[in-house]
Amino acid sequence: MKPIHTLAVGAALAAAVGQANAAEIEVLHWWTSGGEAKAANMLKQKLEAKGHTWKDFAVAGGGGDSAMTVLKSRAISGNPPAVAQIKGPLIQEWGEMGFLGNIDEVAEKENWNAFLPERLAADDKVDGHFAAVPVNIHRINWLWANTEVLEKSGIDTLPKTWDEFFADAKKIREAGFIPLAHGGQPWQDATVFEVVLMGTGGADFYRKAFVDLDPEALTSDTMVESLKTFKKLRGTMDPDIAGRDWNIATSMVISGKAAMQIMGDWAKGEFTAAGLEPGKDYLCEAAPMTEHMFSYNVDSFAMFQVDDEGQHQAQMDLASLILSKDFQATFNKAKGSIPVRMDVPLDDFDPCAKASHEAFLAAQDGGGLVPSLAHGMAVSASVQGAVFDVITNFFNDPDMSAETAAERLASAVRAAS
Amino acid sequence: MTPTHSLPRARAQAGRRSLSGFLERALPRLVVAPSLAVALFFVYGYMLWTFILSLTKSRMLPQYDFAGFAQYARLFADERWHVAATNLVVFGGLFVVICLVLGLVLAILLDQRIRQEGALRTIYLYPMALSLIVTGVVWRWLLNPGLGIQAMVRGWGFEGFDFGWLVDPDMAIYTLVIAAVWQASGFVMALFLAGLRSIDDSLFKAAALDGASLPRIYWRIVLPCLRPVVFSAVMILSHIAIKSFDLVMALTGGGPGYATDLPATYMYVHTFTRGQIGLGSASAIMMLCGVLAILIPYLYSELRGRKHG
Repeated sequence: MKPIHTLAVGAALAAAVGQANAAEIEVLHWWTSGGEAKAANMLKQKLEAKGHTWKDFAVAGGGGDSAMTVLKSRAISGNPPAVAQIKGPLIQEWGEMGFLGNIDEVAEKENWNAFLPERLAADDKVDGHFAAVPVNIHRINWLWANTEVLEKSGIDTLPKTWDEFFADAKKIREAGFIPLAHGGQPWQDATVFEVVLMGTGGADFYRKAFVDLDPEALTSDTMVESLKTFKKLRGTMDPDIAGRDWNIATSMVISGKAAMQIMGDWAKGEFTAAGLEPGKDYLCEAAPMTEHMFSYNVDSFAMFQVDDEGQHQAQMDLASLILSKDFQATFNKAKGSIPVRMDVPLDDFDPCAKASHEAFLAAQDGGGLVPSLAHGMAVSASVQGAVFDVITNFFNDPDMSAETAAERLASAVRAAS
Repeated sequence: MTPTHSLPRARAQAGRRSLSGFLERALPRLVVAPSLAVALFFVYGYMLWTFILSLTKSRMLPQYDFAGFAQYARLFADERWHVAATNLVVFGGLFVVICLVLGLVLAILLDQRIRQEGALRTIYLYPMALSLIVTGVVWRWLLNPGLGIQAMVRGWGFEGFDFGWLVDPDMAIYTLVIAAVWQASGFVMALFLAGLRSIDDSLFKAAALDGASLPRIYWRIVLPCLRPVVFSAVMILSHIAIKSFDLVMALTGGGPGYATDLPATYMYVHTFTRGQIGLGSASAIMMLCGVLAILIPYLYSELRGRKHG
């Protein structure tokens, strides 16, 4: 009943104001799965309550890959949507090509700079002007674990270093479980690798290697060591990982076949859906050696240039809705992420989300905040793809040495950038 | 009175006749013209555009900053492209040959006037009715060591049984061959069966009278008669092999790693998801060259051969 109610109120308001600036905006997004679709619908209703029309343009599949393909073809034909879900360096690429508009007006009015973390705001600015608005923050470097399996294997606390991890893995194996659940898809391989790299080399090294793409860092001993640890993790997985989806791997942890998984906090949704309770049935902790670090994945909505004043107003209204405390809380609870604005009360969030928020603030102060390469936050799509190729090939090739892989990594990155 | 009146009528009739004559002559061309124009534009036009793009520095969007053959140089320096190209040779070669042999054997066996031929033919032909995506998903489950054939045989008590091709980077490409052969060999069988049926029975009888053995009859008489069928089968199979994309996506997703990448998946990934339109176009043009390199000599020898024969 509630939506109808809000709609009615919205319509009444719209009629009262007269709505000189009402407009239709098309919104491209890939929020198509259960909770996300609900959130998109909520946003739509709120926007329509302001008198605008939301023309839905949802493109499912591939974690946004399909949506990006559609966006490109629309842009080439000179007819991009008014709003599109884009993230990380891609926002800059679109901005540099002159496709994006400017929503500084609303940003100044609501004083975004006061509550948006500086690092994240920078990603959404083109030449110092806001062209996009961030929605949520996912943390990548999580270690998820099934408490029952840990107990049966005689483990009290989750491993803090990789040495501990391998020792624990041995115990878990002896107890008859799979130590680490994993899906052998390139992005998942890269997710695990970047977490290993962060832990082994630290945040500064990570930035040098995966943001600045420094060839020396890419071939350094630290890189080789990380690659070796990463390859060693292969032995803690089951042999059938090839092509497995991440949520199947998560369900192995849920069902007690496997003990742990390294995955971003969207995995929480699977645990919740299975009726498990954080802290009791499953644990969420920072992956080994990354306790003070936070590798982030942020979704944003970019605003394309529009001629119509009404559409521009609708874009800004949408942006302000997205950043409203109300929407931030509801959406992020459903998605498993944490709000982008730091002043949203987290009282009714789950313990993992609270921990994520704490970790974010600590990492921001301590310099441990890094963009996730595996999730398109650090480098362009072409470099990301080149890194994926080398990582996944190294991980699956029993004969390739870590030294060779490091050299290939450097040369592939050079060729792609 | 009549002559004066009949003259314009005759002229009108003649005019009508010439109009209908014109229509009669031009109609086929008029009807074909739009589709020809569309084909020229959308097939050859875009081939040309792809070629032009392959000479540019295009990344996320097409642009016309020419860079000569730099994209081709990058392509051939890329390890992944070599994997994809080698895979195509392995996959395409095995797929075409196994399908032809299996299809022929099945067709010959079915041609022995057996009972329930119609039912058997339908069973063998049926996989062709499935989309390659379905085939890929079904075989992914069958070949998954933890779920499918390996798990089943081990469940029977043969603990040492090992069939993990799908997760072995060196063997995964052969799983594609298995699935594709399963899909297409029934179709090749149907082609051969139709060919066999068109061969005159008297040929068999004459050869048998002359004392030729059955294998010899098939080898020396039937096979040469089936040459046009082999020709069409090779054409159809090789284009299935070269454009294979959905099967790879559904069965292996290009993995483990990129061990089962084919040029088509390479092209897609680089053009559409990695923002390397120039490089992707170069790989598309190389695929086109590959197709032409196989087809032109084959077409040439086949068509010339037939004219002389």
